[in-house]
Amino acid sequence: MKLRVLYFARLRERFGVAEESVELAGSTAADLIAQLQARGGVWEEELAPGRAFRVAMDQEIVALDAVLYDNAEVAIFPPVTGG
Amino acid sequence: MKIVVQTEVFDLGAEVNAMSHGRTDIGAIASFVGLARDMNEGSGVQAMTLEHYPGMTEKALVMLVEEANTRWTLLDVTLIHRVGRLQPGDPIVLVAVASSHRGEAFAACEFIMDALKTRAPFWKKEETAEGERWVDARVSDDTAVARWEKIP
Repeated sequence: MKLRVLYFARLRERFGVAEESVELAGSTAADLIAQLQARGGVWEEELAPGRAFRVAMDQEIVALDAVLYDNAEVAIFPPVTGG
Repeated sequence: MKIVVQTEVFDLGAEVNAMSHGRTDIGAIASFVGLARDMNEGSGVQAMTLEHYPGMTEKALVMLVEEANTRWTLLDVTLIHRVGRLQPGDPIVLVAVASSHRGEAFAACEFIMDALKTRAPFWKKEETAEGERWVDARVSDDTAVARWEKIP
């Protein structure tokens, strides 16, 4: 499936990309994370198990076992620090 | 209900007056204003930039205000959060809650701020003498955060 993937804050800066189209081989948010991690370098480092990041689908935070769908808007970002 | 994300400064007095203007059923308005500090993690902060996720931010703020509305009997809520570059002393966020009695207004105001801190997609980047740094999130009891701990 094809996903629109957005990155924010520190992750956007580290990855050097704010938005991209990703062709996902699997079906869940965890599959997407694994696929991005396989790129190596900062991707492998920032998305490693134990690193703090959040995944949102259609602008709501979801767990990594969430099932994605074709053309979904998925965002990956650090824990929030507003207020 | 008024929920706004904006770069401009806000006026607490004007917002509170607008809530009570023309109505006599409000017995209490509790308000909170968060300000940009000049010090964090032991070093001086010269300025900060607030980034957000347009679209999701507004949805998240509406959801947490609606949750407050289900938990307490509220007459009105105003929630304003600024984004962009701010200087120390600048106001960042305003929450004002109107109710018949103070107990519900105080409780809901605190709840909205606590929920906002962990659920609304804002991020702070500080400028210090040593350079720029993203602010790290603090340990939180938010259940949405806890859900991540069981994921490999």
